[in-house]
Amino acid sequence: MEVPDEIKKRLTLPFEEHFYAGHTACQGCGASLGLRYVLKAYGRKTIVVIPACCSTIIAGAWPYSTLDANLFHTAFETTGAVISGVEAALKARGIKVKGEDGVMVVGWAGDGGTADIGLQALSGFIERGHDAVYIMYDNEAYMNTGIQRSSSTPYGAWTTNTPGGKRHFLERRHKKKVIDIVIAHRIPYAATASDAYPEDFLRKLKKAQKTPGPSFIQLFAPCPTGWRSPTDKSIELARLAVQTAYFPLFEYENGRYRINMPSTKKDPKPIEEFLKLQGRFKYMTKEDVETLQSWVLAEWERLKKLAEVFG
Amino acid sequence: MSGYEPIRKVISGNYAAAYAARDARVQVVAAYPITPQTSIIEKIAEFIANGEADIQYVPVESEHSAMAACIGASATGARAFTATSAQGLALMHEMLHWASGARLPIVMVDVNRAMAPPWSVWDDQTDSLAQRDTGWMQFYAENNQEVYDGVLMAFKVAEQVNLPAMVVESAFILSHTYDVVEMIPQKLVDEFLPPREPLYDLADFSRPFSVGALGTPDDYYEFRYKIARAMEDAVKVIRDVGKEFGERFGRDYGSMIELYRTEDADFVFLGLGSLMGTVKQAVDVLREEGYRVGAAKVRWFRPFPKRELYELAKTVDGIAVLDRNYSFGMEGILFTETKAALYGTDAHPLVRNYIVGLGGRDFTVKDIRNVASDMMKAMEGGETSEEILWYHLKRG
Repeated sequence: MEVPDEIKKRLTLPFEEHFYAGHTACQGCGASLGLRYVLKAYGRKTIVVIPACCSTIIAGAWPYSTLDANLFHTAFETTGAVISGVEAALKARGIKVKGEDGVMVVGWAGDGGTADIGLQALSGFIERGHDAVYIMYDNEAYMNTGIQRSSSTPYGAWTTNTPGGKRHFLERRHKKKVIDIVIAHRIPYAATASDAYPEDFLRKLKKAQKTPGPSFIQLFAPCPTGWRSPTDKSIELARLAVQTAYFPLFEYENGRYRINMPSTKKDPKPIEEFLKLQGRFKYMTKEDVETLQSWVLAEWERLKKLAEVFG
Repeated sequence: MSGYEPIRKVISGNYAAAYAARDARVQVVAAYPITPQTSIIEKIAEFIANGEADIQYVPVESEHSAMAACIGASATGARAFTATSAQGLALMHEMLHWASGARLPIVMVDVNRAMAPPWSVWDDQTDSLAQRDTGWMQFYAENNQEVYDGVLMAFKVAEQVNLPAMVVESAFILSHTYDVVEMIPQKLVDEFLPPREPLYDLADFSRPFSVGALGTPDDYYEFRYKIARAMEDAVKVIRDVGKEFGERFGRDYGSMIELYRTEDADFVFLGLGSLMGTVKQAVDVLREEGYRVGAAKVRWFRPFPKRELYELAKTVDGIAVLDRNYSFGMEGILFTETKAALYGTDAHPLVRNYIVGLGGRDFTVKDIRNVASDMMKAMEGGETSEEILWYHLKRG
């Protein structure tokens, strides 16, 4: 399609598309949107490695692929290891990796595949310093297997194995701060991002591309199916997660923390605004909400302190 | 024919594996330490440090990741190599299926070691044989020379049929025992094993593709059939490559089963790996004592050499299968395979199973003589032990 230059000039995201229509994601899926942005940033010269997760299905069943880039499917826990091997092979063959004109090696894994079963391989990948980008799309549960809790599921959430019920059996552990574990490796570049702020996400993807060594981005990717939320509220939820400081946007670069707009703008909105749009939180008592709220604010203060001291 | 000057060195089985990986010009090695495999990767690391080899070495955090990284590397067109043993191989199990399913010609050396508990670091074949159904070819080396030759041939075969291959050697008996190995000058190895031409290459962006996407019941079946066919095709490729190896370098591997003094044998010992070195020696002793016995060494366990086994079975009255492994609830694994391969054919030798040497227990010429006399008794219809004999068992 021909688009006049004056229109292209006004676009804040690359016009070119490497993630095609016809994929099999649910309506309102934040993961498919995220992958689309990734490919907008990196283009066709990208090797995408996808473990068991929603995107396994979203990418299409054989012989179809919705990606206009090379895609290697792998086992659940192996993303970090496979991208390490891909990068090693490119180097062995003298092919440029990362940077403006290099081949991009991207691991695209869910929260379960990253924070739980894939944590060891992720750690190995970062520690060894491979030139690749690991993106965790965080929809806060095992959505592909039918909404089971992961260590990235928030306090108070209903999932199919934290089902509420008479005994009030909900998720009772706070969301694991995977990015803190990542930063503990002193990774060259790590960031959080959100589907609601694509320009910020694209900027971070570009920075990850330019930074030598491993990069990690945790993308907040709403899942209406698993969150029991209206399919037209995904972006709003992704925005509220940032505005409530539940999922603040920040970067960690060469030892320095930087909180990004709009997380720096104002005081966080009450967490209820984020919760009330989602059926998964409907079993929470007032005390549950208070527990979550105080955790969110404590974590937010902690992050601000880090940005202040190591800014 | 082999008019070349080999490079003779006294080295361990593990070093033979490392030298072979170097000479095969592997591009990526991803490996994790485990006794008794470690000296393989130590030696490779030394090659890199000394500038003797140009290899991307990925010091992964587990064997599972070792295989996963090899898979990533191989899918990106590189010649990938790893080595492991026992627990490490078992940890890789999931990814062994992945390597064959993605049709990647990775070569791995497995140092046969007993599975725990109880902890053991000694020789036992159950670790590799338990990977029978993963779609990997398996070559069992009798000695250090065969470790070296096996790795070079494994790459050549694997890259022709697009399936991974395992070269198996015994813990300590080979891995840490020094012996003369004749290595092949690099130029001649290069002629035998040219650079890999991958089936697909993740670094080729001319026409984007995906590997391993969801296969519905309508498609999955055919993917498996293709692997089955590739494994069958491998039989011919193995024989051709083995013969070519013999023509080039003087050691012929054209047959998937190596026969030793079987011509007029009443019965033969059948087994895998280093065990068979001792058996050959015992055959010489037994022959001097008047036994008409021979040895048959199964070089390739996958694909299984059905034809050679049948041809052998037609000429003998008995086969004593020596298994340094066991499948609980059944019997020795090679025993099962042997009977299955002969079932329905017109070869009906007496086949008996001797469970020997598990966890590295010594299995000597004296023991083989005892097996021979048990076998003779059974063939004469006399009073014998049960069909599956736990030969070494301390009774009472």
